Amino acid sequence: MTDYQEYLNFLYSALESQNKKNLVLSEDTALVADIGLSSLEVMEFIEKIEDHFDISIPLNILPDVNTIGDLARKVRELNL
Amino acid sequence: MLFDKFQAMADFQAELAERDVTPFGAVTQEILSATEGMVQGRKVILAGTNNYLGLSYDPRCVKAAQDAAARWGTGTTGSRLANGSFAEHQALESEIADFYGVDHAIVFSTGYAATMGMCSTLAGPGDVILMDADSHASIYSGVKLSGADVIRFKHSDPEDLAKRMRRLGDRAGQALIIAEGIYSMLGDVAPLQDIAAVKREYGGYLLLDEAHSMGALGASGRGAAQAAGIEADVDFTVGTFSKSLGAIGGFCVSRHTELEAIRFCISAYIFTASSSPSVIASTREALRIIRQEPELRDKLWDNANRLYHGLQSLGLPVGPTASPVVAVEMEDRSRTIDCWKALMEAGVYVNLVIPPASPSTNFLLRNSVSAAHSSEQIDTIIAAYADLQHAGLINPTQAA
Repeated sequence: MTDYQEYLNFLYSALESQNKKNLVLSEDTALVADIGLSSLEVMEFIEKIEDHFDISIPLNILPDVNTIGDLARKVRELNL
Repeated sequence: MLFDKFQAMADFQAELAERDVTPFGAVTQEILSATEGMVQGRKVILAGTNNYLGLSYDPRCVKAAQDAAARWGTGTTGSRLANGSFAEHQALESEIADFYGVDHAIVFSTGYAATMGMCSTLAGPGDVILMDADSHASIYSGVKLSGADVIRFKHSDPEDLAKRMRRLGDRAGQALIIAEGIYSMLGDVAPLQDIAAVKREYGGYLLLDEAHSMGALGASGRGAAQAAGIEADVDFTVGTFSKSLGAIGGFCVSRHTELEAIRFCISAYIFTASSSPSVIASTREALRIIRQEPELRDKLWDNANRLYHGLQSLGLPVGPTASPVVAVEMEDRSRTIDCWKALMEAGVYVNLVIPPASPSTNFLLRNSVSAAHSSEQIDTIIAAYADLQHAGLINPTQAA
C-alpha cells in the first residue's frame, strides 16, 4: 500500500506542468483557488491520476476536494 | 456575497451590450417559414434552430395543434399523476413506443426533463454511472442528482469506457452507461457499435440520448442506434420532441417492463404539469410524418452535406464528418463574437457557443441544418462565411 506522502509526491509531480504561477506546492495548496486550474484542467489532472493508479475517480467526490491534500486522501481511499 | 459568483456573467453581458451584440436570447419578432424569421429586427435565414425536418411550421402539425386546443383547451393544469394524463398523452406514448418497436414509453414535458429525470432516477446511491465526458447538461444535472458514483469516460472513446468498466470489477454488470447519438455541439456521432461491444463484454445497461439523431439517422428515423444496428443493446432511449418533431417535450422508451414502475419514481415527471394537448397533438402528427415521409431525411442529409462540404472547402474546421449540426470551431472569443454579428448582418442566424457549453476551450459558430432549407439558402450561408474570410474576420489559421 502506498502511503499518503507518496500520493502527495505523485500529485506534486503531476501538477508540475499546470503550476504556471510556480507556487511551492504543499498539501494545503488549493487546486482552483491557488493554482488556478480551470474546470477542464482539473479533469485533465484527474485523468492523469486515474491512469497512473489504474482507478476511476467519481465526479461526485470532487465537491469535497479543495486542496492537494484532500485529493491525496481521496485517491488513497479509492486505491485501497 | 450571494451575488458575487454572477459578476463575471454580468460583465460579459455588459460587454456584449456595449458591442451591440445579442447572441444569447436574440428575440424573434416573427417566423416567416421554418427557415426564415425576423430576429432582432432583421430578416434572417434560421440556421441555428435544430428544426431538422422543418416540421415546426408544417401546416398539418399546426392544424393538429389548433384542433387539439379547441377540443382539449390550452393546458392540462396538472401532473401526469394527477389530472394531467389526457387521452392524447396516452396515445403519443403508444405511438412513440410503436415507432421504436418496444412496449414501454413515458412522455415528459420537456426533453431536458426526460433526460435529467431518467438519469437521476435509474441509478441511485450505491450504483455507478459511466457517462461520456461531452454529455449534455441535462445528463450532468441528472447524474448529479442521482446520488450514484459518477465516472466520466473520454468522449466517444470505447477503449476508455472498457478500461473503466474493467476497473469496476463486479460492479460493471450493474453499471449504467450513458451516451448520445449525435452530439449537439459538434455534430459527431458516437461509435455505438464499439460502445455496445463493451457493454456486451462487461455487462451493464445502456441509456442513449437520441435528441439530435431521432428523425435524422436510421432507416426509419429512430436514430443513431438504428443506423449502427445496435438497438437490441440499448436499454433506454431518451429523446426530445423539440427538434425533428418541431414541438416541445421529451420521451423515454424501453423494452424493460420496469419502466412502468420507474415512471412513478421520476420527480421531473411527477412534479410538473403535463404538456399542453396542442403540443402533444402536433407531436403525434409530426411523428406520423416522419414515419411516412422518409424523403425528409434525404433532404436533410443533402443539405447537411452541402453545408459541411461548402464550409470545409473554405478551409474552416467543421468536425470529423458531415452532420445536421455543422460547427466552426474558433479559439478567440472576441473574433467569434464579431463573426456572429457579421453573420447576422448578412442575414444568417447561427448559434454562438462559449465554454463550458462547448466541449473544449474553443468557441463555436454552430449551424444546424433543416430539410426545409433550400439549396439557395445553404449557399447563402456558405457565402456569408466566405464573406467573413474576405473581411479578415475568420480564416483557417484563426479558427481552431
